[in-house]
Amino acid sequence: MLTIHVNGEAKSVSASPDTPLLWVLRDHLHLTGTKFGCGISLCGACTVHVNGAPVRSCTLPLDAVGDQRIETIEHLAADGDYTAVQSAWLEEDVAQCGYCQSGQIMAATALLNRNPSPSDAEIDTAMAGHICRCGTYQKIRAAIHRAAKVTQIGSTQA
Amino acid sequence: MSKPPLDASRRTFLKSSSLLATGSLLVGFELPYSLASAPKANATASIMADAFIRIDRDSTITLLMNHAEFGNGVYTSLAMMVAEELDIDWQRLRWEAAPTEPRYYSPIFGEYLTAGSVSTAGAFIPMRTAGAKTKALLLQAAGRLWQSGATQISTDAGWVVHADGRRASYGALIEVIQEQGLEPPETVNLKPASAFNVLGYPKKRIEAPEKVTGKALFGIDIKRPGMIYGAVARPPVYGSLVIAFDDKAARAIPGVLNVKAIDAGVVVLAKDYWTASKGAKALTVQWDDQGLGQLSTASFTEEYRALSKTDGLLAEDIGDAKAVHEAASAVHEAVYEMPYLAHATMEPMNCTAQVFDDRCEIWVGTQNQGNDRTVVAKMLGLPETSVVINRTLMGGTFGRRASKTADFITDTVQAAQGESVPVQIIWSREEDIRGGHYRPLFVHRLRGTLDDAGYPASWHQTAVGQSIMQHTKHDPAYMVRGIDIYSVDGCLQAPFGVFPYGTAYQIPNHRVESHNPPKVGVRPHEWRAVGHTHTGIAYECFLDELAHLGDKDPLALRLHLTRDHDRMHQLLLRLKDVAGWDEPLPAGRGRGMAARVYSVSPIAQAVEVTVEQDGTFTVDRVVCVIDCGFAVNPLGIEAQIQGGVMLGLNAVAYGAIDLVDGQVQQSNFHDYRALRFNQMPPVEVHIMRSDAPPTGVGEQATTPIAPAVANALFHATGKRTRQFPLDRFGFTLKA
Repeated sequence: MLTIHVNGEAKSVSASPDTPLLWVLRDHLHLTGTKFGCGISLCGACTVHVNGAPVRSCTLPLDAVGDQRIETIEHLAADGDYTAVQSAWLEEDVAQCGYCQSGQIMAATALLNRNPSPSDAEIDTAMAGHICRCGTYQKIRAAIHRAAKVTQIGSTQA
Repeated sequence: MSKPPLDASRRTFLKSSSLLATGSLLVGFELPYSLASAPKANATASIMADAFIRIDRDSTITLLMNHAEFGNGVYTSLAMMVAEELDIDWQRLRWEAAPTEPRYYSPIFGEYLTAGSVSTAGAFIPMRTAGAKTKALLLQAAGRLWQSGATQISTDAGWVVHADGRRASYGALIEVIQEQGLEPPETVNLKPASAFNVLGYPKKRIEAPEKVTGKALFGIDIKRPGMIYGAVARPPVYGSLVIAFDDKAARAIPGVLNVKAIDAGVVVLAKDYWTASKGAKALTVQWDDQGLGQLSTASFTEEYRALSKTDGLLAEDIGDAKAVHEAASAVHEAVYEMPYLAHATMEPMNCTAQVFDDRCEIWVGTQNQGNDRTVVAKMLGLPETSVVINRTLMGGTFGRRASKTADFITDTVQAAQGESVPVQIIWSREEDIRGGHYRPLFVHRLRGTLDDAGYPASWHQTAVGQSIMQHTKHDPAYMVRGIDIYSVDGCLQAPFGVFPYGTAYQIPNHRVESHNPPKVGVRPHEWRAVGHTHTGIAYECFLDELAHLGDKDPLALRLHLTRDHDRMHQLLLRLKDVAGWDEPLPAGRGRGMAARVYSVSPIAQAVEVTVEQDGTFTVDRVVCVIDCGFAVNPLGIEAQIQGGVMLGLNAVAYGAIDLVDGQVQQSNFHDYRALRFNQMPPVEVHIMRSDAPPTGVGEQATTPIAPAVANALFHATGKRTRQFPLDRFGFTLKA
């Protein structure tokens, strides 16, 4: 049994220590919002936050997680409200099939957390590791800009 | 901020509830669901005013979706059609996948199938009718309740309202309907387009809230009590059979529960997927490659090239192109070659199944559940009604999840046989890329001449590639005189077989032939836009060649050739305008275009590229004009166009599956590359205004982008590429 800290809770899991965090989340904790896409950190569908930074959970073994803070897509609206990024995603009607969007949203959230007003080039860099086969890239860019604007207005008012 | 949908109620799957089961005699869309036959046990819970609409006591409206949602936006379009007539409260709208019953079959295909960009066209009358009948029933109930004439009563977002101010929620009227045994009318009048206030306006996806919170349920997300996981060791040569296997090492892995051979290979069952996949890698399997280990795409290409010089099956012969070419002093000739393509959906293939003695239950994302059910029932020796398919959302398909053999379902069902619990099989990305189902490799040979004015006088095209439809259940419907209509779709001037359209062009002498080389090595499969994915490149690039040969502007040439095709002609005039086609470009940049008719809808695109000295290029701009008849959801159309452009650009830039010694060389996104965020060109979408019935948008945009880019590269550099993908032949999309 290993204990990991996911979405603010300590969770004991009985998975083999080499199990990638992705499959611990999905098969053991039933947090299926984090998706399997490639298994070798090429597509970004499995992106979660580890201590706030975007990380590919498909290649992070359980025994390397330790007591780091894991947050998944399920955590974002956990208090009952959409985050600015989720709201922007809805406003721009980004998703098509939606399968990659958890990873895209986690990456965009991490980007905006460290850079509240990213340029197009900075967005390119942050999102280049996230594949969408439906072609939502143009709307993702618009949603990130929208979320940045909303966040800034929010912080100005605060 | 608004609240996310934290309840999971809408994601509960439709079981064959007694309410639904009682409608078994009803076939088709026009017959109202018989309320009188609804069992009393459920009488207070909800009503089904129509096969597609269930109303609960709390006024929740649940739509039974008979087309699959895989990013196409069809759930939203269908809901809009109902809402246009029924006046729903969108906050109380839920959806479920409709069960595999004849009354839910596509009216266009006559089976339960979502394909061919025809869902919106097929649903446009039935779903509005369902909404109108339900509304009529509710109005009738309110009239009885209030003992009031119909002119006093109307609806307002989930409520029936009386002119005097009385209101009754839809849910509150269920009791009246049931007590008085009310039935919806046999026929209803539908609103004219001029009265629409939902259809034709941008509507955001109804399932979007679940897709931004991680709650959307894809096939891979299914969890059933006691469920175990499976991973399959598949053969390196597609189509090989298992001779023997050694599972000692696999069984030694803690958590591995069982190992067995199935048709697809050897499956390892385990307590979680990671353990199952480790087990599959630990197997040693001896394969019989059935003699397929000699095959290579290089030899296919050689063979097809040679075949393209010989007479094929004659698909079309307008005028006499052969005679023109025999008499001509010079015939322009070119050969275009397009490789195999994998679908590479973001959600790899997967399925969950539980097999009981007398029935089988399946949870899967599929476009093709009617056929899936038939295949599974036959395999298990069960009546079809004993196989229940619960359709989930899909993380993309591009045609892959319409499998004629139900391959990604049968492997799970076979694995689940003999197990007492549900089994979920997930394909790794490597299994998915190497899975053997591909857009077929095609070679097109084209010859043409010009008339004295420099316009095309003759066209002779020979298409060579494996047939998708031959020897499948769609043979003969999609085979005409031995010709797969997908092999030549987009090459013919006249309608062909079940396709009621040709190209928009008229060339006086027009001959098209087709060869079906043996279906070996892989399973040729539909891939978004199907035949157009290769015919579009061959036709539109060769037309571009003829334009330059005759010193004609490519768009002006197409305007000339579409003189008798008003819809495309008008569309091209619009493209010329919105693309700024005649504006000069700086050195190093190029402009190209293509115009196609796919599944009835005309579409054209103009693209601008910048090419560096070493052939590295960027796509700077894509302008797309589509005429899809009445535009049901402009927002959804925009998304489909952007997506279609991306997938087509991705394929022409990088897409290729190679066989060497029968083995697929590609395996994951490093060698079967996906277009990345920064490579996505801005796509401008223009929709022609039309009152014609709606036609397809889902696949259309994939067709012109590849030839438009290739033509733009020629325009920029003077170098014509006739082999694909571009990155192997001199042009690399900038990373």
